[in-house]
Amino acid sequence: MSLLNEAARKEILECTKRYPEKRAALLPALHVLQRDHGWIPQEGMKEVAELLGLKPAEVLEVVTFYTMFNQKQVGRHHIQVCRNISCALRGARRITRHISGKLGIQTGETTPDGQFTLSEVECLGSCGTAPMLMLNDDYHENLTEPRVDEILDDLS
Amino acid sequence: MSEAYLTTHFGEKDSAKLDFYLSHRGYESARRAIGSMTPSEVVQLVKDSGLRGRGGAGFSTGLKWSFMPKPGQDDRPRYIACNADESEPGTFKDRAIMERDPHQLIEGLIIAGWAMQAKAAYIYIRGEYVHPARVLEAALREAYDGGYLGPRVMGTDFAFDVYLHRGAGAYICGEETGLMESLEGKKGQPRKKPPFPANYGLWGMPTTVNNVETFCHVVHVVDRGIDWFRGIGTEKSTGTTLFGVSGHVVRPGYFELPLGTTAREIIFEHAGGIANGRQLKGFIPGGSSTKPLPASAVDVRMDHDSLAAAGSALGTAGLIVMDDTTCMVRASKVIAHFYRDESCGQCTQCREGTAWLDKLIGRIEAGAGRMEDLDLLLDVANSIEGVTICALSDAAAWPVQGVLKHWRDEFARHVKEGKCPFPESFEV
Repeated sequence: MSLLNEAARKEILECTKRYPEKRAALLPALHVLQRDHGWIPQEGMKEVAELLGLKPAEVLEVVTFYTMFNQKQVGRHHIQVCRNISCALRGARRITRHISGKLGIQTGETTPDGQFTLSEVECLGSCGTAPMLMLNDDYHENLTEPRVDEILDDLS
Repeated sequence: MSEAYLTTHFGEKDSAKLDFYLSHRGYESARRAIGSMTPSEVVQLVKDSGLRGRGGAGFSTGLKWSFMPKPGQDDRPRYIACNADESEPGTFKDRAIMERDPHQLIEGLIIAGWAMQAKAAYIYIRGEYVHPARVLEAALREAYDGGYLGPRVMGTDFAFDVYLHRGAGAYICGEETGLMESLEGKKGQPRKKPPFPANYGLWGMPTTVNNVETFCHVVHVVDRGIDWFRGIGTEKSTGTTLFGVSGHVVRPGYFELPLGTTAREIIFEHAGGIANGRQLKGFIPGGSSTKPLPASAVDVRMDHDSLAAAGSALGTAGLIVMDDTTCMVRASKVIAHFYRDESCGQCTQCREGTAWLDKLIGRIEAGAGRMEDLDLLLDVANSIEGVTICALSDAAAWPVQGVLKHWRDEFARHVKEGKCPFPESFEV
């Protein structure tokens, strides 16, 4: 079974028109793959390579270079807490510890039911509203422990 | 009187919509540039305005534009890349512009496109900025539908496209040649220079890369002229900028103020002073790669020359403020870890050096350091500065050099006491 369905292939090929070289659509293609599957499976890399006329290794080296491409499956809700200086100064560590305690997992782990993954990441450009976390595509800012509870309770 | 012009409409309803933008003189500057100025007149105007890039390096924007080959002499397609990879810790201004006034950026790109006779611009936006990317996509659709982009920009013969391209999480892609590599679908490892982007950029074609905010200033330079623009800021740092303030202040956020405003005014008036009744200990003036300064330097004017004279740099104008509970060794550790993580691994000095900085500071912070580590730390920082393909190793070295200059005693205390002497400091 193909990991890139027809709509995804069409979307990627449409995107190649923006550039003088097809290869430039590699990051957009990987974003499509990850959007549809939640991560970047190896089979998917091969399909992307074929679609864009690249060697699988050329896709792999890009996947492994960029932190946003998940090389293994992550939970349905991916929580990424910023750990950089502006957030750290305003209590990011406390926020991470709170989430960790609430979900019973450490940073880098996924809950056994596959619902939550907790990661710590570098600056997400939200320093004026620190501390913050990214939950899938969305930013949650000016966090406090009660606010984190609200966010997590809304999900379960 | 407020001298703000970039953020005038930020708080208003529908400020990201085309109709709103048009009702506030939107696209008038682009119309004037294309309608009544030659491309080289626009380049000259931007040069004469004194505008310097807002992405960190502070290079003259007009001068950079003038490096592009002249049409007629070189008929290769020319490209513009807009650096929206905002990833320097302490920096969050471009996100605000893209979310709240995306048409201002698009208009700036059109003017730049006309000035350099570019075929297209690519906005390289960091992958995590999903929401700003959606706002920009919507604005681009409106701009195409309204005839502001495409084969006949505003009914003229000028054809210009703007595309949005999402990154995927790599600080190094904010470096202009790393950005171009990434846009071409490769690892974002910076290129050796020369050749410079104006001659050999995207796909080997003439390319100019500017920061989001930089393009926005151009709109106002064209609208109100160089005398007005040069009247704001200092002689060599003209115009306003969006100062981002984060850390231990009462009101973190961004504030559009003339370049040359003092750090004291920004921290104590606009950001409301130090939170929780604490005292100022130090501040990082322009994003995590600039050298931290002690509280005694708070009267420094926030412009390129004044900050250079004070032993630091304006960088991205992102001030990170630290109160008197802060352990400066720990703050350095957070920053050193970041650069270690973000080194692309291409140059040995950077790959190894950033790791050593992180390890040494970590050891000292944990109370396991040796007194000779202090000199070793400085030696490593000095050895990786200025010797690599790009400035990431410099960015890792500068904060270490700065913190050792002003807070060497704190490093020594960690070693002597065998533990962190700041029990109230933020946690990591």
